[in-house]
Parts: sequence; C-alpha cells; structure tokens
Amino acid sequence: MISGLPATPLAAVGEVGEGFFHERTGETLPCQARPSHLFCWDWATENIHRYGTPTVQQFELVIISVAIGFLVAFAFALLAHRYHLLQWPLLAGTGLLFAIPSVAFFLLLLPVTGRGRETAIIALSAYTLQIIYRNVMSGLANVPESAKDAARGMGLTERQILWKVELPLAVPEIIGGLRIATVSTVAIATLAVFAHAGGLGTQIYSEANLTFPTAIIIAGTIAIAMALVFDVVLLTVQRFSTPWRRAEAEATA
Amino acid sequence: MTPALLPHPSFAGFAGAFEFIFSKQESSVTGGKKVGGIEQVLELAWTQIEVSLLALAVALLIAVPLGLWFGHKGAGELVAVGLGNAGRAIPELALIAFVAAIIGVGIVPLTGALAVLGIPPILTNTFVGIRQVDRAAVDAARGVGMTELEIMRKVELPLAVPSIMTGVRGASVNIVATATIAPLVGVLTLGDFILGENVYGVNGVVAGAIVTAILALLFEFALAGVQRRLTSKGLRLQAQ
Amino acid sequence: MRFNHKRPLMALAMLIAALALAVGISACGGGSSTTDENTGATEAETGAAAEGETGEEGGGAEAIVSNPENANVSLTIGSKNFPEQEILGEIYTQALQAAGYKATSDLSLGSETVALKTLKAGQISGYPEYASTALTSFFGLEPEEVPADATEAWEKANAEFEKEGLVAFEPTPFASANAVGLLKSTAEKYNLKTVSDLEGVSEELTLYGSPECRQRIDCLAGLEKLYGLKFKEFHPVDISLRYTVLEKGEADLSILFTTDPQLAAEKDKFVILEDDKKVFPAGNVIFVTSKKVAESAGPDYEKTILNVQQGLTLKVMQELDARVELEKQTPKEAATAYLESAGYIE
Repeated sequence: MISGLPATPLAAVGEVGEGFFHERTGETLPCQARPSHLFCWDWATENIHRYGTPTVQQFELVIISVAIGFLVAFAFALLAHRYHLLQWPLLAGTGLLFAIPSVAFFLLLLPVTGRGRETAIIALSAYTLQIIYRNVMSGLANVPESAKDAARGMGLTERQILWKVELPLAVPEIIGGLRIATVSTVAIATLAVFAHAGGLGTQIYSEANLTFPTAIIIAGTIAIAMALVFDVVLLTVQRFSTPWRRAEAEATA
Repeated sequence: MTPALLPHPSFAGFAGAFEFIFSKQESSVTGGKKVGGIEQVLELAWTQIEVSLLALAVALLIAVPLGLWFGHKGAGELVAVGLGNAGRAIPELALIAFVAAIIGVGIVPLTGALAVLGIPPILTNTFVGIRQVDRAAVDAARGVGMTELEIMRKVELPLAVPSIMTGVRGASVNIVATATIAPLVGVLTLGDFILGENVYGVNGVVAGAIVTAILALLFEFALAGVQRRLTSKGLRLQAQ
Repeated sequence: MRFNHKRPLMALAMLIAALALAVGISACGGGSSTTDENTGATEAETGAAAEGETGEEGGGAEAIVSNPENANVSLTIGSKNFPEQEILGEIYTQALQAAGYKATSDLSLGSETVALKTLKAGQISGYPEYASTALTSFFGLEPEEVPADATEAWEKANAEFEKEGLVAFEPTPFASANAVGLLKSTAEKYNLKTVSDLEGVSEELTLYGSPECRQRIDCLAGLEKLYGLKFKEFHPVDISLRYTVLEKGEADLSILFTTDPQLAAEKDKFVILEDDKKVFPAGNVIFVTSKKVAESAGPDYEKTILNVQQGLTLKVMQELDARVELEKQTPKEAATAYLESAGYIE
C-alpha cells in the first residue's frame, strides 16, 4: 500500500506541492461556489469553450434526425396521398411514436441499438414524423380543387399534377412543418445525454452542474438560439419558395 | 452469508421487464427487500398522472383566457404566436434543473415548471383558433345583441375547440414526458425505475420505459376522446 | 405575379440537398458519440522521456515514464457518474497515457451495476470502485460485515472478483462513505452528534437522499432497520442537490459523502453525524479490471495505477472534489493539476 516516499531535495513525487490547496472560506469563494448565485460572468467567459463540442453534437443530432424524419414522413405522405386507405394508420402510427416520452424511448432502444448516437437519432427522427407527415398531408389537402381541375383540363397526368401543381402549392405548409419539427428537436435533443449521445444535455445533467444555474442558463440559451436560427433560416426558405403570396402556413402543432 | 452476483444480461428481453411490472423482484442492494411489482408501478404511475394533470390544469387556466382575450381582440398576434414558437424551443431538462436550483425541489416548483412548458402551445392554439372563427358568425351574434363576453363564450370558444384541444394534446405530451424525470427533483414518478438501474436492474429500467410509454399513450387517447366530445356536431361534420 | 411551380420545388430541392449534405458531412466527419473530454491531452504527457526503462519495482511513488512497448495497447477507462469518480477516471486515464498507452476515458457510465456490466461486456478496460460498494452491491454483504480495514476489504472483494474473471488492484489511501448530514444549527438545536442521537427526534425531521437511497440497505433502509429510526418524510432528489436542499431549509437531514468539499469549506455550516452502528461502510477505491486486459496490457498497467493513486489522501481528494464541485472545473483539469503538482507528469 503506501510506503515511504523517497527522500529527494524537491517535494517528493506523490505529494502535491505547496499551494495546491486553495483557500475556500467566505470571502475567497469564487462566484460559482457561493450558494445563492444566479449567473457568474467570470466563470462563463473563462469556460465558454466547454460548450463547443456539445453544441456541435447537438447540431448534428438535430440535422440528421430532421433529415431522416423528413424523408420518411414525406415518403409516407406521398404514399397516403395516393392510397387513401393508408391515411389513418399512418397518422395514428406517427402520432403514437410522438406521444412516447423521449427518455422512455431512448431507454427502450438502448438494449437494441446500444449506447450512443444511433439510438438518439432514431428516437429523435421518430418525433419529427408526425408533425411533418401531418403538414405535408394538410398542405396537399389545401390545394384548391380549381387549380387541379385547370391542370386536368390542360391534359396533365395525375403524376404531373402532383409535382407541378399540388406539391409546389403545398411547399409553404411543408416547410412550416419542418420549422416546428426542427425547433422541437433542438429542445428534445438536450435529453440525448440519457442515451449517452452527447449534446448540450451533458452540460446540464452532470452532477456538478445540475445545481449550477450559470451552466444551465448557458446551455439553455445556446439551445434556444440554435432553434431560433433554424427557424429563421427555414422561414426565409419558406418565403423564397412562394413569391406569389405571403408564406403564412402557421400550422397548429 | 453466501455472496452472490446477480446476473447482468445485456438484453434481458421484454419478458423480464413484464415480470418486473407485475411481481416483485429481488434486488442486490436492498438487503432482502423486494422491489417492483404492480403496486409500486401503479403508485409511481399515479404520481406522474397527478402531477401532469395538475400542471395541465394550471396551464389551461392561464393560457386559455389569455388566448381567448387576445384572439377576440385581434391583437397581440406576435406575442401569442411568438411565445408558442419560443416555448417549443425551451429544453425541458434545463428548465427543470433551473427551477430546482433556483426555487427548490418538490411538487410545487415542479408543477410550475411543467405548467410553463404547457402554456405556449395552448396559448398559441387558442389564439389561432379564435382568429379563425368565421367573422360572419361573430357579426351575426353581435347583431342579435350578444355582449362581448357572451360572444366569446357561446360563439368563439366552441368553434375554437378543435384548435385548442390540439394545443392541449401537444402540451400534455411534453408535460407527461418531462414528468418522467421528476425523481431528479424530488417527485417520484416512473422515471425512478428508468434512472435507478442500481436498485431495479435492467428489467426495471425497461419496465419503467414501457409503462411510461403506455401512460403517455393513455393520456393521448383520453384527450382525443375529450376532443371528440367537446367538438360540436357541426364542426365534426365539417371536418369530414 | 404568375404562379411558377418551379420555385417552390427548387426551394424544396435545395433544402433536401442541404440536409443530405449536412448528413453526409456529419456521418463522415463525426463519429464518436459520447465523451469528448479525452481528445488531445496526450501530446503534453507522452512527449517527455521515452527511455523504455520503467524504474524500480513497487516502493515509492515516482514520475511516470513513457514506455514505447505500451503503444499498441488500447485501454478505455470508465467511471461512475459523479465528480469524484470522474476525477479518478481522468487521473488514471492521463497517467496511463503518460505511460505510453493508448488510453481514452469513457466516464459517467452510471451507477455501479451499470459500470460493472459495461466492464464485463468488454466495453471498458476498468474503472475505480469502492471496496465497500463492491461488497454490498455486488457480493451481497450486509453493511456491518464490511471490514473496516482497507486491506482486508480489498482482499475480500478481490477474492469475489476473481471468480468472475476480474481483478482489483490495491486500494487508495483515502476512503469515502455516506453520512447523514445537516446544518450545524439543526445539530445544535436537537443536540445531535451521532446517528443514534436521532432516536426519538427523527420523527420530526425530513430526510433527503437519492431515489435509490430509499430502498438501499446501506442507506435509508439500513437506517430504519439498524437504528430503528423513522423519519417524518423521505424525499428523493438527485445527489447533486444534497447541499442545496439543506441550504434552502427544505431538508432537515441529507445524505452526504465524507469526501465532500462542502464539508471542509463550510465547517461552520454543515456537519455530519457519526455513524456509530456502521450502517454506512467506508470504502477505499480499488481499480477493477478484467484479468485478460491486465495480462495483455503488461506490468505497467497495474504499476502506473498503483503509483499514481499514492498521492490521493483524503485531503487531496477533497481538494480535487472541491475544484470540480465548487469551482466547476472539469474533472480533466483537476486531474491534470493533481498529476502535475504531485510530480507524476511534466
């Protein structure tokens, strides 16, 4: 176990040096060590770099999950548009996935897909399905019959009508759904820490930080900012895509 | 005393989890007391239901009148809709942790935090729902001599019910989901199983996840049923 | 403006392309899912002398020397999910890196059953465990049966681990235990010095502890059984809140750890009650690893770990805990500071 440390002129190896022990009494306690503090600017400016990797991880999680969710939901919607029988099952199915709490979803997947990013991505993608699916369906359903009739009158096939008339008119609402899905995913992705997938949740749910308002505020602010950036970018795309009318399409969620 | 190492399978299979839900199991750390079983499961589930309903009620009491008022007046669109968007962006974990650190732990701060999560979708949807009410109907009501309050109550509110209920359902999904991690801040819900692999084993964790999912779905079905009952016949026909 | 169907489709197509590109870049570039803390600390430590000679056997602590023979051994060091564990994990990881291993950390796995599971599944090479926890949680000992002597406890645990193909290295100088803690003012009010003093008083007091404490025999269940105490209420909270609830006056009693920095930093505020009936066994840290890994990693594996933990006295551990829990440094920073200050690395 412990044996005598070799006698050397300098401090022996294994013994910490002088001044290793910080004085921590009342006055010398730094901001973050005091019990009731709200925000410690010094700590924030010194440690902001800690949030770099988690932010990138969160960003990746969101992008990949929304991308996958969009592709799947879009495909579902096109299918349901064609085969009306599928509409209710698909809506119910995606709604079911949406209702399952994320933490539970992660835990249910963990034994199957293992700790890490894949588990989180699968669960996060599942959440986006319902919103995007509903919005695509709603967008397509809101296409005025007159437009379709005119197209039919001009001799377009059903498939041409879908791609040249229906979808373009539905795009604003589709992107509206994407906006909602993305913003929600940014918020939920903080829980990815429970699936051991990294992200901003690691800066909140670590034992030292759970009662550290500064860390929580920073992580929360970054998440909200990320969501807003996504929202604005998508809003711009939404506006760009329909110059002939104001891109309204505020879908109810 | 014969020391024994409990088996730790990498994937217990759902059979083990179902066993955990219905009958008590051994645990290595409790010194002989069994854990799990239908009693404990129902107890934790009931706490989760209670706290979720409470938070939902608080959110409704605040958000519906506000949304009604602004929708009726036709003002404050930016606030109502903006709040809805911003509210969607709030990370639940951060909110819960923040409230626990600043205000305290226990059922009251938790309910407050959950209500904060539930208000944005209900507010936005109430507002939008009222705005979408046919102006002709409102004018007709005014013509008949109804007061503003009566118009809100008898015309706008019933017509806005589908939209409001959609908001309520969205809010409840978020609330029930976040209530799962309430054990971190002093309220024992189903998250206790999920976060307590030490005590409950991997079977308990999976069991917790399963029951949580079922609970969330029950909420969803119940609210869907409420929506159907509250939506007036005319609107239901119209939706079809 | 005429309806141009191309624009919206173009917008949508661009969006999809952007998403696909982002997915592609992330999938190729990124890859690691969990901990990010372990990147790049290697340069500083492994730089120095690569003399290939590893110094004397056993005995005193010594500076870590990089051994090129270790370069093709990959080790993953895990830890449980609270600061003290993360610091230890980092210390071992950085020490092994200095010794020339390809060591990475995979910290905060969870509680002890999760950590053990991960170890047995081969996902980590080893992790630091408390001898007392191993004996009570893994091997079913009652808390009173845990030997008070560190060496005895280690030997007992090691004997059990060996049956599973695992091995535990010798213990650290410091030990840690749970304790019933409270505000000094409360202790003075009810004249409490030991846990037994709570008899007759505990019915008026609330106790806060981790959710699992409720049912553990080395926590609330043990307090009820061994001391015969009944508390007014037990409230589960995450262990990170154990001091917050005392400060805010919500808790009369809270389960604390004897190595907590708050106890040293605020001696006038918090006190702990003496555990006279030994419901909270104290445990030194023993590094648990699999026999296979220990054999294939060479002698430097055990040597480095035993070497580097010699400086971990109670006071040092408390200081390190303080840096992470109070000053909110990262475990990595605290570990590096320890290793440098104690002369293990440059």
